[in-house]
Amino acid sequence: MATAAVAPPKGGFGYRHPRARLAALLGGPMIWLVVVYLGSLAALLLTAFWTVDGFTGAVVRTFTLENFVDAFTTPAYLQVMARTIGIAVCVTILCLILAVPLGFFMSRVASKRMQPILVAMILTPLWASYLVKVYAWRAMLSPESGVIAWFLSPLGIGGPGFGILGIVITLTYLWLPYMILPVYAGFSRLPNSMLDASADLGAKNWRTFRSVIIPMIFPAIVAGSIFTFSLSLGDYITAQIVGGTTTMLGNIVQQNYVTNLPFAAAFATIPVIIVLIYLAAVRRSGALENL
Amino acid sequence: MTTSRGTKIALTLFAILAFSFVYIPLAVVLINSFNAGETLSWPPEGFSTQWWQKAVDNEGVRNAVVTSVILGLIATAVALVLGTLASLALSRFTFFGQDTVSLLIILPIALPGIVTGIALNNVFTSYLGGLTFTTLIVGHGTFCIVVVYNNALARLRRMGVNLEDASSDLGAGPFTTFRLVTFPLMRSALIAGGVLAFGLSFDEIIVTTFTAGPGITTLPIWIYQNLFRPNQAPIVNVVAAALVIISVLPIYIAQKLSSDDDRGAGVM
Repeated sequence: MATAAVAPPKGGFGYRHPRARLAALLGGPMIWLVVVYLGSLAALLLTAFWTVDGFTGAVVRTFTLENFVDAFTTPAYLQVMARTIGIAVCVTILCLILAVPLGFFMSRVASKRMQPILVAMILTPLWASYLVKVYAWRAMLSPESGVIAWFLSPLGIGGPGFGILGIVITLTYLWLPYMILPVYAGFSRLPNSMLDASADLGAKNWRTFRSVIIPMIFPAIVAGSIFTFSLSLGDYITAQIVGGTTTMLGNIVQQNYVTNLPFAAAFATIPVIIVLIYLAAVRRSGALENL
Repeated sequence: MTTSRGTKIALTLFAILAFSFVYIPLAVVLINSFNAGETLSWPPEGFSTQWWQKAVDNEGVRNAVVTSVILGLIATAVALVLGTLASLALSRFTFFGQDTVSLLIILPIALPGIVTGIALNNVFTSYLGGLTFTTLIVGHGTFCIVVVYNNALARLRRMGVNLEDASSDLGAGPFTTFRLVTFPLMRSALIAGGVLAFGLSFDEIIVTTFTAGPGITTLPIWIYQNLFRPNQAPIVNVVAAALVIISVLPIYIAQKLSSDDDRGAGVM
């Protein structure tokens, strides 16, 4: 074997015939992801500009903006959009309120020996089935026989029951670990010297928290919020199980995709656009490197 | 910053409350599965293991578990092959469009499941002759690739290229280098990625709903179908409880992997 006279740009596996090797490595994954996945997304987007024949129910392949106009001018649909965004914002804020003190406790108050145990305790429910966790909240929230209703009954008050509050609680429960983990990591990275410096300069705890800690863990918070926000935005199963009659964006898509696929396709682009806008807005915070 | 005693106590209490919030619903599922009564009602009527027995004997549950396991294994295998190839390409080469490719791999989990679901559903039913078990595998494979890729890529970046270069210098071809150097060093990351991929596939409900052929019932689909049937509630409770118990397993495997290999398993 000849030794290389010129060092390749990156060593290791791409040592010789880099182009051929790259093609061999990337060919399979790209055929799958570009042809199957990106192709499907493109076809869906195209369908969003088609329409459905009112009599036969068949898809008519002529270009129209009707579906988007319909989605953005019908008050009921606008209400669903506003409600879904509202739910996603509430869930994100609740996750934040829970995750910041908990993350601080886990990284700064708990002993070094406890830390990996606490992290495992956050990770374990992440592995419990999504559907099981929503189901668990059905058992918690049920107005007649739920745990919360039973717990509150001696006080003479009812539980939240099924509805928008139930959805917010359940989604907060589902996505909380996605907020805790980056926030915990953010707190762990915080150098003690900074906190000492702040104290030496005369800052009280609250001032240090507000002026030093929060700015430093902000990227971690944003990273977590990307998960809690976008996962809430696309969810429809939770609304079906604990939402009572409350509908979210995903429910509209799910209800329409059999009878009016073009409209469902158009509606499905809405959460994607909102998430993309959110991602573009937070890009500058450096949160995307924290994912 | 010195955290005062009062703050520490307050934070500890807060943590206890937060962990209760996380674990009480799961505990309720476990307790309900031993409820002697036939409805999903609190408090339980008495202790009984009869529903566990009935769930084990339930043919629908057994078939659903088998379907989910087969699906998970095939989707994981697909993801392991494609994810490893993609991670090698992106860590060992610099090429035009690299960022676009990495974004494309992440896209299936970044977009809401319902978007991926109806996109694939549309193509399969409108152009490719309908839904089958194969279309379900394609759906699951698509979002499983990214987790293997992420684990493998992180490992390859940490590994560096010195050992692979040494192998090449000593005359090993690319396949020999991969077999004897790269793969052994990646193994624990691939196991972690594979466990994660299997877990994702086993749990997936939305993409499954839209890509499974008629009559194919995975375990999440079975739970979903029986969730609103009052007479099935006790069996659903048991299945849910079993899934809660099983969820400890991947964490255990991850701990094992990271103690075998201090670079960490990366199972999340």
